[in-house]
Amino acid sequence: MSPTLLVMLVMMAVPVVMVFTYSTLSNVIMEREPEFVGLANYATLLSDPIFRKALGQTAIFTVTSVVFHLLLGLAFALMLNSTLLPRLASSLFRVVYILPWVFTASIVVILWQLMLNPNGVINYMLETLNLISTKVEWFSNPDLALGTVIFINVWAGYPFFMVSLLAGLQGIPKDLYEAAEIDGAGWRDRFFNITIPQLFPIIIAMAMLDFIWNLQQFPIIFLATGGGPLNATETIATYTYNLAFSKREFAMASASGVVLFLISAIVALFYVRHQKARD
Amino acid sequence: MAVTARTRGRSQVGQRIGLWIGLTLGAVFAGFPALWMLLSSIKPNTEIFQFPPTFLPETFTLSAYTDILTSSEKLRFFLNSYAVASAVVLLTLFAGIMAGYALSRFTFPLKSLVNTVVISVQAVPPITLLIPYFGLVVWLKLYDSLWALILTYMVATIPYAILMMTGYFNTIPKELDEAVKVDGGSSMRALWQVLVPTARPGIVSVGAYTFMVAWNEFLFALTLTQSRSNRTVPVGIQLLMGEHSFKWSEMMAMSVLGCLPVLVLFLFFQRQFVSGITAGAVKA
Repeated sequence: MSPTLLVMLVMMAVPVVMVFTYSTLSNVIMEREPEFVGLANYATLLSDPIFRKALGQTAIFTVTSVVFHLLLGLAFALMLNSTLLPRLASSLFRVVYILPWVFTASIVVILWQLMLNPNGVINYMLETLNLISTKVEWFSNPDLALGTVIFINVWAGYPFFMVSLLAGLQGIPKDLYEAAEIDGAGWRDRFFNITIPQLFPIIIAMAMLDFIWNLQQFPIIFLATGGGPLNATETIATYTYNLAFSKREFAMASASGVVLFLISAIVALFYVRHQKARD
Repeated sequence: MAVTARTRGRSQVGQRIGLWIGLTLGAVFAGFPALWMLLSSIKPNTEIFQFPPTFLPETFTLSAYTDILTSSEKLRFFLNSYAVASAVVLLTLFAGIMAGYALSRFTFPLKSLVNTVVISVQAVPPITLLIPYFGLVVWLKLYDSLWALILTYMVATIPYAILMMTGYFNTIPKELDEAVKVDGGSSMRALWQVLVPTARPGIVSVGAYTFMVAWNEFLFALTLTQSRSNRTVPVGIQLLMGEHSFKWSEMMAMSVLGCLPVLVLFLFFQRQFVSGITAGAVKA
C-alpha cells in the first residue's frame, strides 16, 4: 500500500515542483534550452492589465458564487427539512433540487446556451412578463457576460451545499428546539440562536472548500464565453489555459498557475486548521 | 388557550402556503432547465427555432436519438467515456481497498499523511497540474490515448478512495479478520473474504462517486487527447456543438444520454452517495 501513496506523492509533488521550476525559466517546452530568468515571468504577469483584470474577476466570480451557493443551499435545505412537509414530498423535491448536480459542466453550458439564446425561452419569458423590451444578448454583452456565467455556476453548484446542510440540519438535536419553544422563542430566535450556530462549523468548512473549487473553476467559464467578450469573463484559470494552450507560452502559464495555486493553498491551509480545531 | 391554539393553527396554514410557494419556485429554478433539455430533445429541430417557443412538442420525434445511436462517431464518445470511467473505478477501488486495509489494520504513522494528500489534491488547481502533466504524458508517449486520462484521473480519485475505505474498514471489528487468521487464512484472505463483502455499501458509494468524477471531467480530456476517436462525451458534445450548433435537438439528445449514467447511479445509490460525499468533504 505504501507504493500507492508513494505514486500519489510523486504524481502530486513532482508536478508541483516542475511547475514552480517552469515559472522561473524562459519559454519551456517550446525552447530547446530554456534559460533561468528568475522572477521575470511574474513581473511580466503582474504588469499585464488583462491578468490584473482576471485577478479581480476571479475574486468577484468566486465570492459571489460561494455566497449564492450558501444562500440557495441553506434555503432549500431548510424547506426540505421543514416538519410541515410530508416525508414523500421532501424526498421528491430533494431529487429535483439535486438535478443540476448530475449534469457535467459541458452539458450545463450547452443547456444554458440554448435557454439564454437571444431567441430562447428565457428572453421569451422575460418579454412576456414585460421585464425586457429588446432581446438580451446574455453571453456577448460585456456588461452582462460575467453575471451570466456566475448565474450558471450558481445553478450548477448549490446542491453540494444543500446536501451537506441538510445532513447538518438533521443532526441538530430536536430537544434544543423544544426547549426554545417552551421558553417562548419565535422562529427568528430559533433560527439565529440554534440553527445557524449549530450549522456554523459545516458552513465554514463548506464555504472554504467551495471557495477553493470556484477559484479553480474552468470548464463553465471556458465553454460559456472562453473568457470573452473583451476579457469580460477572464479568470486566472482561463487566462492560464489560454497562455499555455493557445499561445504556447508555457513558462508564463506556469507562473500564472503558481499564483492560482498559492491562493488556493492559503485557503486550504485555513481549511485544514479549521478541521483540526474541530476534531 | 383556545385563542392561542387557533392563531397558531392559522399561522401554520400561512407557513404551509409560504413553504409550498418556496418549494415550487425552487423546483422551477432547479428542474425547468432539465425538463427543457428533455423536451427539446424530442422536438424536431425546426420547432426549436420557432419564436415564440413551444413548451410541449407540436411534433413528437425520436429522430435525434436514432441519429446518435446510428452514428459510429458519436457512439465512440460514449464508448470512450464508459471505458475510461470503468477503468478508473476498478483501479481506484483496488488501490483504495488495499491501502485502506493497511491503514485501518496495521498501525502506520501515515493516517495524517493521507489526510494531507487528500486536501493537497483539492488545493492544487487542475489547470496548474495540467502543464507538467502535459509534459509528463508526452514524455511517457501516452499523449492522445485513453490511458493518459485514466492515469491522471486516478490522482484525484485514489486519495479520496483511501480515506473513505479506511473509514469503512475502521467500523468493522478486528475480531472478524482475526478469526480468519486463527483458521490459518492470510491477511489477503481476510481482506477479500471478510472485509470487502462487509464493506460493500461503502465500496459502492466510493465507486459511484469515482465514476461520476471520471465521467464528468473536461479539462484533461480536452488537452491530453487530440484525435476524435479518443474524445469522451463532455469534449465530444462540445466538438459537435462547434460544428453543428444549429442542430439543437441533437445536442439536447446527446446531453440527455450524457447525463443518464450519473443520474441512474444517483437514483440507485442516492443515500450512500450523499452520505459518502458529505462525510468526505466534511472530514477530509
